[in-house]
Amino acid sequence: MEHRIIDQQLDLLRDKLLLLGGTTEAALERAMRSLTARDSDLAREVLEGDKIIDQMELDIDRFSVEILALQQPAAHDLRFVISVAKITPILERIADHAGSIAEAALILNDEPELKKYIDLPLMAENAAEMLRTALDAFTSEDAAASRRVIEQDKVIDKCYHRVFDELITMMIDNPVTTASAAHLLFVAKHLERIGDYVKDICELNVYLTEAAFIKHSPRLEAA
Amino acid sequence: MSKISVSDLNFFYGKAQALHDISIDIPEREVVAFIGPSGCGKSTFLRTLNRMNDTIPIARVEGKVMIDGKDVYEPNTDVASLRRKVGMVFQKSNPFPKSIFENVAYGIRINGIHKNRADLYERVEKALNDAALLGEVKDRMNTSAFGLSGGQQQRLCIARALAVQPEVILMDEPASALDPIATQKIEELIVELKKQYTIAIVTHNMQQAARVSDRTAFFMLGKLVEVNPTQKMFTNPDEKLTEDYITGRFG
Repeated sequence: MEHRIIDQQLDLLRDKLLLLGGTTEAALERAMRSLTARDSDLAREVLEGDKIIDQMELDIDRFSVEILALQQPAAHDLRFVISVAKITPILERIADHAGSIAEAALILNDEPELKKYIDLPLMAENAAEMLRTALDAFTSEDAAASRRVIEQDKVIDKCYHRVFDELITMMIDNPVTTASAAHLLFVAKHLERIGDYVKDICELNVYLTEAAFIKHSPRLEAA
Repeated sequence: MSKISVSDLNFFYGKAQALHDISIDIPEREVVAFIGPSGCGKSTFLRTLNRMNDTIPIARVEGKVMIDGKDVYEPNTDVASLRRKVGMVFQKSNPFPKSIFENVAYGIRINGIHKNRADLYERVEKALNDAALLGEVKDRMNTSAFGLSGGQQQRLCIARALAVQPEVILMDEPASALDPIATQKIEELIVELKKQYTIAIVTHNMQQAARVSDRTAFFMLGKLVEVNPTQKMFTNPDEKLTEDYITGRFG
């Protein structure tokens, strides 16, 4: 097989996406740690780091457009560029949610800690694991792994409902916790949304590897 | 019923086999693009559809090429009327050394299609109009066709083919010698002509195949590797060979 000019560019595009993915993973992990370890300096670092992630997103956008315009990819190459171009803003949004968690941490860290934040750390671990596996599956173009990650989102959804119920009960039983519990509710919602976004990444990997659009098709999702 | 139906077509130049067991159906008013590396047989295949290969003494054909249900290789086929029905446009424009008007009028005259002189004028104008050329030449119909630009000459050849009322138009790399603007005009013309005619086009320009055709057929070493809707061909072809070709891994 001959070496093509486009190969080098697609490799570079993949590297850029994985770097964004890794940075996003780190942002999520640090945001959660800033909350659970009550480390406000770390929360501020996460918020500061979001600018870098925004720049990475712009860089990948520009590069994707350049490849489409100049290399005119087809078939698998085309699906790869399209997938990267669609995964990039998803990662940026996940990083935004990490930023929102860090903002919540800045507020909550000045308040008394609520019962070790219930199941939130577990939920965050699940979300981070999903994200890591989704990005690995994208790199290895493993559609079966992506489908397994999609299934995992249900665990996060269940966890979210449990946390939601617990926090509401806490607010009713002890109204003085209402403000903090409300912030924690938002954190839980951010984590639940991250699960949804990771699912979108997995759907795009199935598109890349099988050329099938499984979004909004429960039957294909399970295929 | 398909406009063109080819089954188990084999083609030989002497002992060398250039096409192997080609079968393909082309519905009416479809644009089908033939792509593949040089020497893959796509032009040879195109020329079997109106028996243009008959001019090669050592050429031999096996199999069937049915147009409107009639095998064009039956002994009693009138080849001249077949080529009128299945017109052809070549890579290099080849106008006659005559005026613009006469280039288009020629086929109408020798086939006796026109009723009278007024009808002849009308038919020439219509063919030029259908080939998107009339506006550019109406004030110089009696000047030499060689005074036209390459793109205009190619559209003149298309007008010449249209003038004899064909049903199928075969195009062998019709825009490969043209600049991007002239190419775009030919491509727009193909899309317009599709409303009336069945079109088969050989092209080396993959983007051109993607832009103008409904289906694309990929040839390799004299074999038809894959034929599929163009959208599928360029996003998710069935065959790895096709994928390798359209993504530039070989060829």
